[in-house]
Amino acid sequence: MFRTALRNVLAHKARLLMTVLAVMLGVAFVSGTLVFTDTFGNAYKNKSAKSFDHVSVAVLSGGGSDEDEKKEKPRLTDALLKKAAALPGADSAIGSVSGFTALADKDGKLVGGEWGTTGANYFPGKGGKDPRYDFTDGAAPKSAGEIALDSRTADRTGYRVGDTVRLSTDGPVRTAKVSGVFDTDEGSVVAGGSLVLFDNKTAFKALNKTQYDEIDVKAAGGTSEAALERSVEKILPEDHPTMTGGELKAQQDSMIEEQTSSMSQVLLIFAGIALFVGIFIIANTFTMLVAQRTKELALMRAVGASRRQVTRSVLIEALLVGMVAAVTGFALGIGVAVGLESLMNSAGASLPDGPLVIAPTTIVVALLIGVVVTMLAAWLPGRRAAKIPPVAAMNSVHATPTMRGLVVRNTIGSIIVALGALMLFMDDNYVKSGGAGVMLVGVIVLTPLLSRPFIAASAPLLKPFGVTGKLSRLNSVRNPRRTASTAAALMIGLTLITAMTVVATSMSSAINKMAAGSMKADYSVSMANFQPLAPEVREKLDKLPDVAATTPLRQAYGEADGGFTTISGVDPKTFGSLVGMDFIGGSVDGLKAGDALIDDKLAKDQGLKAGDTFPLKFDDDSKTVKVKVAGVYEGNEMLSGVFAATSVVDPHLTKVVDKQVLVKMEDGASDKAEDAIVKALGENPAITVQDKDAISNAVAGAINMMLNMLYGLLAMAVLIAVLGVINTLAMSVFERKHEIGMLRAIGLDRAKVKQMVRLEAVIISLFGAVLGLGLGLFMGWVAGGTISNSVSTYTMEIPLGRIVVFLGIAALVGVLAAMWPARSAAKLNPLMAIKSE
Amino acid sequence: MYGQGETQVVALDHVSVDFGQGEFTAIMGPSGSGKSTLMHCVAGLDSFSSGSVRLGETELSTLKDKQLTKLRRDKIGFIFQAFNLLPTLTALENITLPMDIAGRKPDKKWLEQVIEMVGLSGRLGHRPTELSGGQQQRVAVARALASQPEIIFGDEPTGNLDSRSGAEVLGFLRNSVRDLGQTVVMVTHDPVAASYADRVIFLADGRIVDEMLRPSAEGVLDRMKHFDAKGRTS
Repeated sequence: MFRTALRNVLAHKARLLMTVLAVMLGVAFVSGTLVFTDTFGNAYKNKSAKSFDHVSVAVLSGGGSDEDEKKEKPRLTDALLKKAAALPGADSAIGSVSGFTALADKDGKLVGGEWGTTGANYFPGKGGKDPRYDFTDGAAPKSAGEIALDSRTADRTGYRVGDTVRLSTDGPVRTAKVSGVFDTDEGSVVAGGSLVLFDNKTAFKALNKTQYDEIDVKAAGGTSEAALERSVEKILPEDHPTMTGGELKAQQDSMIEEQTSSMSQVLLIFAGIALFVGIFIIANTFTMLVAQRTKELALMRAVGASRRQVTRSVLIEALLVGMVAAVTGFALGIGVAVGLESLMNSAGASLPDGPLVIAPTTIVVALLIGVVVTMLAAWLPGRRAAKIPPVAAMNSVHATPTMRGLVVRNTIGSIIVALGALMLFMDDNYVKSGGAGVMLVGVIVLTPLLSRPFIAASAPLLKPFGVTGKLSRLNSVRNPRRTASTAAALMIGLTLITAMTVVATSMSSAINKMAAGSMKADYSVSMANFQPLAPEVREKLDKLPDVAATTPLRQAYGEADGGFTTISGVDPKTFGSLVGMDFIGGSVDGLKAGDALIDDKLAKDQGLKAGDTFPLKFDDDSKTVKVKVAGVYEGNEMLSGVFAATSVVDPHLTKVVDKQVLVKMEDGASDKAEDAIVKALGENPAITVQDKDAISNAVAGAINMMLNMLYGLLAMAVLIAVLGVINTLAMSVFERKHEIGMLRAIGLDRAKVKQMVRLEAVIISLFGAVLGLGLGLFMGWVAGGTISNSVSTYTMEIPLGRIVVFLGIAALVGVLAAMWPARSAAKLNPLMAIKSE
Repeated sequence: MYGQGETQVVALDHVSVDFGQGEFTAIMGPSGSGKSTLMHCVAGLDSFSSGSVRLGETELSTLKDKQLTKLRRDKIGFIFQAFNLLPTLTALENITLPMDIAGRKPDKKWLEQVIEMVGLSGRLGHRPTELSGGQQQRVAVARALASQPEIIFGDEPTGNLDSRSGAEVLGFLRNSVRDLGQTVVMVTHDPVAASYADRVIFLADGRIVDEMLRPSAEGVLDRMKHFDAKGRTS
């Protein structure tokens, strides 16, 4: 049996090519993901393990919020550090502080985005050196006028030792000279962030610290971490948190593992989709191979092979194909992993170096997946092969699959679609997303049924192609099952792509609408990392000649009439001209000191309307204040809660600071106006000045990046579907050799033969694309229903431009997929028709 | 029509033959005699290394594939042993296929006449799978006749048919020559089929060895036996 199977596989090498490629790509995706994430995680772990070299015991800052700490006496002081370093069994101790530090690049722009730059202290420990940092150039900072930069940031910005840089932590911009450039294994830098080092004293001042964030004690030779921890605990108040270096490393490792495993899970979902698409191609190929060998298989049955033996012979072939595909796919996957790493590095991600990690489980999983998927897909064709009656050996014509037998399939498909649709209209979100999947499966089952009307409908479009158009249309419905599964493979990818595009476009425009509707100001000024702004910022802006109005936004929390809410402090005189609100009752004009605006939800929940008075209780445990409702507005994600005058809010803030300042210019937003604001604020890299477009672009940009990533991940599924189209056409051409030969004999020229094959490919591709687009739009609509519950301005938008592009790509895919089959069809000799079988 | 071949492979060797207009010619010979090769060359289906084939004023050997295809489309009709109809098209669509390919409108009166002659009037909407072998070959005959080609080539047109259906098909071919002035060349190994022709050419080992006018089945059979015996002795 095995020998026959092997011989069959070898005989059909060319026809199995696409199948092998499809499985190979799927397996490569899986093994590439596993190898890449393992390698990445391992390298990351090794690298960050080094950053714990100097830590045997870490004394952490006490739990609780910053507020609590400020009230207590600082514990992690120099005195404690010295005491710890002098402990028996301790070798040395260093203290560290860190915090947000905005570094300006040579153009004055913030380096490393809003969260990327950290500032920390250089702690001259034993021998005056900080073991965490290796200086490659220059020396450590020694005074307030000096800083050091990590080497990658130095490379990126072009700063060198001796250059003067501008930076800002909390307050005004300061300038400093670069005293040195260093390498480090510090976690944030390994992860791609920037690090600025101050000397110890300056770090405390600049980062606004009263004590160390952490004191790390290193054990002397012969002292265990646990023993040192016990003696460190003795000099600390009871219950003060400490951790050993081993514990810190374990914590870090498990965090890295969590991150890499969630990354690999996401990638594996897409690999799974790609493999699922591959199943259609495998099934198509084996169905064809069985159909072509009907006589042979019938003969085997006639001479005494059992049904099970026939099925088994098909499955052994699948096993061989799967093994070849899995092994090559695995090898390709390793290549993908290596390629991905260098691709990400060249894109600026700077992944840590490390040896390639190929876990034994990866090998097993990759090989098993390849083989199992192939055999699973070949199982149904194998069963069908077993059903061939021995008498078929005597018949000269084997029955081609027709619409008969599809009745059962259509019934099952309809039931599944109905079930899926039902689930889509349930309230539970899990049931809903399950319904989307169920419906997709149902439509896949129904594709043969749908293929007829769709392809019939394409007739008018094919009219200009004359007789070749007609022939390709008729050819494409000849084997509805095969056409359907080829199209379904393409449909799956396009359904997901379309649904995601719909949601992303609708979301972007919802955010635009929200920003445009609620912001009447020209600029929003805030800190880069959303830390508070000093009130002086607004005062400076008010002094600018072109500024028409400003308001601060200060934030507090509390209870309005018993309901929890945010309370925003604003300038009641200018607020109305800077923020747009839709009022249900009252208006912004009524807002005076002692009044408040509340959102519709709060009004409904607490039964309040304009003119009512309600008790407002701040969360600082002070007495409640009575405020009058000046207006009730429609809340959304940008505007919600209570808005009151700063005079109401300020007494309840621990420190009067602005979350944001809104600015309106006399002549609207312009580059000149923006420059004036940036200049007035001292060109501080920590302060972000955004106009309306910048605010919505920031969100839209993030959505777009996500969408592009999803496109990239789904591209593999589409690519495999394209292989399926090639496969189907190659089969069609092979099966219709005689027909094509006859057509050539009676006068169809080569170009027309090519056109005929090409059009068939385009018809199948467009069928898949139209189904996918339709289903994707439907799913986008369903998902939109859920989203609009939480995002009030969300309405479904059909991305017409993209849809046209997708259709164009589908047609192009058809043309490209047909290239090779069309060439081999055109090469067929007319004599083929005359040769009897 | 005039043909001459001189090839390295001894498929056809110094064959010189012409097919007169309005004549029904049968080419006979044992397997491997070169009768099919001769027809393929003459019909523009196969290329030949030297020699010349002329259809009317057109010299085939100088034609490129595209022109050759056009020639086959417009001037030549084919009838194959395996019928070779498109299963997706109806009988009528199969008949008009060569004209559809050319983008020509079929001559309606002529078409009706042809369909009437082969007796397919009631079956035009059927697909090939719904027709018997004889009916399918009648569709093929109608397809060859419908475009009014200068010459029709038949490659064992009765090879897959029972004798009654075969006789019908041959009758149509003879009638089309006699009544419509069609030129027909047919390759066959069946002496009965050959007896429908006006002239029989005998081929052996790539050469024309004999010719017979107004043949009868018995006469052809005798002649064949004679060649077979000769072939065996030589």
